[in-house]
Amino acid sequence: MAEASIQPLTVTLKVNGRDYTVTVEPRWTLADVLRHQLGLTGTHVGCEQGVCGACTVLVDGEPARSCLMFAVQMEGHEIVTIEGLTPEAGLSPLQEAFHRHHALQCGFCTPGMLVTATALLNQGKPLTEETVREALSGNLCRCTGYQFIVDAVMDAQGGK
Amino acid sequence: MANWVGQAWDRIEDLRLLTGRGRFVADLTAPGLVSVAFVRSPHAHAAINRVDLEPARRTPGVVAAFSGADLAPHIALGVTEQPPLALQAVHYVGEPVAVVVAEDRYAAEDGVEAVAVDWTPLPVVTDVRVALAEGAPTVVAGRPNLIAERRIGYGDVAAQFARAAVVVQERLVIHRATAQPLETRGVMAIPDPDGSGVTVWTTTQSPHELRRSLARSLRLSEDKVRVRTPDVGGSFGVKNRLYPEEVVVAWLAMRLVRPVRWIEDRLEHFAATQHEREQVHEVELAADAEGRLLALRDRFVVDNGAYVRGGVTVMQRTAMTIPGPYRLPALEAVGRLVRTHKTPIGPYRGAGRPQGCFVMERMMDRLAEAVGQDRAEVRRRNLIPPDAFPYATGIESPERVVYDSGDFPAVLEEALALAGWDQAAARIEAARQEGRWIGIGLAMNVEDTGGGGYEGARVRVDGNGEVTVYSGAVAQGQGHETAFAQVAAEVLDLPPERIRVALGDTDDIPLGIGTFGSRATTLAGNAVRESAIAVRRQIVEWAARLLEADPEDVVWEGGAAYVRGVPERRISLEAIAARANPLTPIPMGPEGPLPLGLEATTYFQSAPTYSSGCHACWVEVDPRTGQVRVLDYVVVHDCGRMLNPKLVEGQIYGGVLFGLSTVLLEELRYGEDGQLLTTTFLDYPLPTTTEMPPLRIAHRETPSPRNPLGIKGAGESGTIPALAALTAAVEDALKPFGVHLTELPLTPERLLQALAQSQSRP
Amino acid sequence: MFPAPFGYVRAESLDEALAVLAREGPGAKILAGGQSLLPMMKLRIAEPALLVDIHRLPALTGWQETAEGLTLGAVVRHSQLERAEALQEFYPLLGRTARWIADPLVRNRGTVAGSLAHADPAGDWGAALLALGASVTLRSLTRTRELPLDAFLVDIFTTALEPDEVLTAIRIPKPAGRPFGTYLKLERKVGDFAVVGVAVNVVLDARHTVVEAGIGLAGVGPRALRAPAAEAALIGHPLESGGIREAAALAAEAADPVSDRRGSRAYKRNVVRVFVERGLKALADESRPEVGVTA
Repeated sequence: MAEASIQPLTVTLKVNGRDYTVTVEPRWTLADVLRHQLGLTGTHVGCEQGVCGACTVLVDGEPARSCLMFAVQMEGHEIVTIEGLTPEAGLSPLQEAFHRHHALQCGFCTPGMLVTATALLNQGKPLTEETVREALSGNLCRCTGYQFIVDAVMDAQGGK
Repeated sequence: MANWVGQAWDRIEDLRLLTGRGRFVADLTAPGLVSVAFVRSPHAHAAINRVDLEPARRTPGVVAAFSGADLAPHIALGVTEQPPLALQAVHYVGEPVAVVVAEDRYAAEDGVEAVAVDWTPLPVVTDVRVALAEGAPTVVAGRPNLIAERRIGYGDVAAQFARAAVVVQERLVIHRATAQPLETRGVMAIPDPDGSGVTVWTTTQSPHELRRSLARSLRLSEDKVRVRTPDVGGSFGVKNRLYPEEVVVAWLAMRLVRPVRWIEDRLEHFAATQHEREQVHEVELAADAEGRLLALRDRFVVDNGAYVRGGVTVMQRTAMTIPGPYRLPALEAVGRLVRTHKTPIGPYRGAGRPQGCFVMERMMDRLAEAVGQDRAEVRRRNLIPPDAFPYATGIESPERVVYDSGDFPAVLEEALALAGWDQAAARIEAARQEGRWIGIGLAMNVEDTGGGGYEGARVRVDGNGEVTVYSGAVAQGQGHETAFAQVAAEVLDLPPERIRVALGDTDDIPLGIGTFGSRATTLAGNAVRESAIAVRRQIVEWAARLLEADPEDVVWEGGAAYVRGVPERRISLEAIAARANPLTPIPMGPEGPLPLGLEATTYFQSAPTYSSGCHACWVEVDPRTGQVRVLDYVVVHDCGRMLNPKLVEGQIYGGVLFGLSTVLLEELRYGEDGQLLTTTFLDYPLPTTTEMPPLRIAHRETPSPRNPLGIKGAGESGTIPALAALTAAVEDALKPFGVHLTELPLTPERLLQALAQSQSRP
Repeated sequence: MFPAPFGYVRAESLDEALAVLAREGPGAKILAGGQSLLPMMKLRIAEPALLVDIHRLPALTGWQETAEGLTLGAVVRHSQLERAEALQEFYPLLGRTARWIADPLVRNRGTVAGSLAHADPAGDWGAALLALGASVTLRSLTRTRELPLDAFLVDIFTTALEPDEVLTAIRIPKPAGRPFGTYLKLERKVGDFAVVGVAVNVVLDARHTVVEAGIGLAGVGPRALRAPAAEAALIGHPLESGGIREAAALAAEAADPVSDRRGSRAYKRNVVRVFVERGLKALADESRPEVGVTA
């Protein structure tokens, strides 16, 4: 039987296709471990309250908030962050569409938006403005008024 | 010259931000970094008898802990009204009282939880009426409850009212709200190795102002304090001006001789970062029988919260915004700024102007009703005509308000056409046949932008021919890097990709004010232009020397110089730059030496420019639940010549979100005991993709004569008229019930109450 | 917004989870999706000494559909029900409730059973599953018991769950005819808790007579509520406007809301009436094939 411990635990996280072994207190969120232990600071923390969605990552292909998961829970799951969605050189078609449509201003919500939108595009279903808005409704943006974000995702549908 | 200015160029900033390579303050680190958490007041008003930090110091992972009393001997108090850590008493929930430093933030929070403070609760004032009443408790000892009273106006108001055919009156209430950028505030301070100075990375909107305030607080010369801003995740006004935490973190770094970082969490942000908007207006508007304006009288009260930050500015801007695009022969607006035991207020997006616009536009709708005219017609009748500029409104204080340019009738007509104003009655009637209640609203505004002094830019070509623009006009998402690069590229005739823009390092340029009040692009943009012109002149002079020609005969084109008529003999910017930034002694010709370096710093100063616009929107109201859905939103906007239409549209759309959010969702609420009841995004809802309507925009460009680029600010005009336009649309949807909407926010329940109280039944 | 220290065990089996609970006592808490628990821990409102993680236990995943009804495992996530087209024929209310839960990101992690165990009075699942007449299975190391959901939900954030028990399954009886169900929620924005939530479910026989009716209410009492009088008023009649109005009025009487920042008691009660009426009308329209409107 596993031993309960408030001492740091050693876990292996698969992030962006790479295994990382980290020693971490159980109370550390996945977001904080990604950012402060793995140096993957593209995942942002906006509210810590599980509302803003800036910390969204893919867990086994589905978007979820990394501020609402403890890192120790994530052994055996595949995690993808914004860094993992970025090609070696240049931008992905979705990132290109965000760039063309001016779908970001301060850029703080952008990684979470891109992660959520990637999962939507990966479903491969035809999109309407309404389905895009529904899929992105867990990601807050305070800068853009959302119009250009919706436009960009609709546009990326073709490029995907 | 290439025409870069005016193009919808894709942003330079995007590449790092889209790939997770942006650098926000919480992303920064340094060897030996420790984290900070603050002990904050749970009371709105209480005396501090004792702060026991020992249990915190014994908590695992905690490095140090300090109270206000520990800090006070080491810093200069009085730089701001609020001390960095509270001393004898606290005056709002969330006021910082002590600080715990630990190896990580989790341990710092454990330390905060262990701190024991002995309090004596004191009487709490949360209502401005109570604060102003005879015998009211003093909110902050030694300071008056009435902070300021300002009378802003002109003309003979009494005489105009005496001859009025129509007078409409209203009491208008606007609630407390705040900006909530998605990134909270944060500070990381790195001490000089010997502890004699400090570099402060912070989310501020005004690094130079902060350097001065920090230097004063820490009793250092400005050259021992370097303020830098990394990428900043939105600010909208609330990250402006010195905050207590910036002083404390900078001091801690020097005291501990370790890098120290504090990242505000969202709970803290709700209580510790400035609020705004909360005002009550008693308004009377006088007009003749045809609906022509005669005078407006407004008595209003602004809830300042506990300490003075930017409340006076908010109050003044509210009053100055009232006349808007209309000929208003007389105005008397008397504002009172009143202290309460709440979070201090300071300007955010709109900075008092949304309230001023709300006052005028609500009264215009009332006037239309009183004289039996169409709401658009009554506005049309009162607009300042396009040939009246420069137009002095009559306001002389706190500054003379003279509109520079505009075409208000064209703005109005275009918005009406886009929104389908003329077909509105038929559309509303058709919807009612289907049992749907829809309505249309409109609001206009004129906004002073880019006021208040100067902003600077330094343009430098280094020894390898790389061009960098430096400015204190930092960005928090607006796209300054792109806009400034466009200006420099146009002047220097280089592709914008050749220009690097570095913002927010006080070591890069001596002076600066910062980014607020829709000022950065107007002022810094023109400073970039002037500096680039100076550098271009230097380039040509060096080229002339190298080409052995007269500067008058040198042609500068596409990043190279040649003598007129001899285009095959070109000399590149790289070659010129290498000679102008020499690493070896240079031969001096008979003309004597040229000044070294290709570099210029200029500061552009200007009176405000005046942007204008008209918003029109459609809403649907469910009269059985009070729910509102925004169906369509149209903005016609004139910010003079646009540096980059894409950036302007981004500002406008984002601004509309703020307005919609304020009208329908956001409200900071306090209990009678001064407890802040809204401290999460669940209590204080923000709109998502599904609450925002599709947005449409049309531009008009009436250049400003007040700067060579002809530009005006665009950062706030998406927000300012939105409060009034949306309220008007909801009221219109409920028109058959005779409802008057005078109080924000328009919560479902408030709408049902208004319906229940209305006299008429459809 | 940083949790207090705690211990963590990833259970490899249900028996192991139950053994840890039996050994550790009330300080131990089950962690499944964590979408309600983590915010409370970050606010240090909840400070469990130990978390027992069951989120991947194979015994608790998925669902079984039998002639008696549907059994949902404890770690079935909201998004799974949102997408479960196979459940639409007999349990249409499930998918229509799932899409109203919080926001898409929460739905990907949060569990239905976790919502029930959290017992937020504004939680949507309590209302929907009451309308479906659901029961829950509670297991400890030494016993297994089955409780009607109505008995499981006790008070605000309080259930009949003992500290050594795990909610392992949710059972929903199979409808005795053709089921129609929908969920209506007054929220200020996506992701908000229900100001008022109303679940309506009716089962019709071949003659379009209501043979089963369920009405569940969220946000209008110390826990999710049923409206038994309203349900009774529907049974044995066709779904038509007179009966619908009567049921709506009775449901409003069953509601017992408190005035708070989201609205006054009177306001919420009125919304219950409006929503029950609208929901039942939508079901009536849907059940008439010639109209064929989907809610």
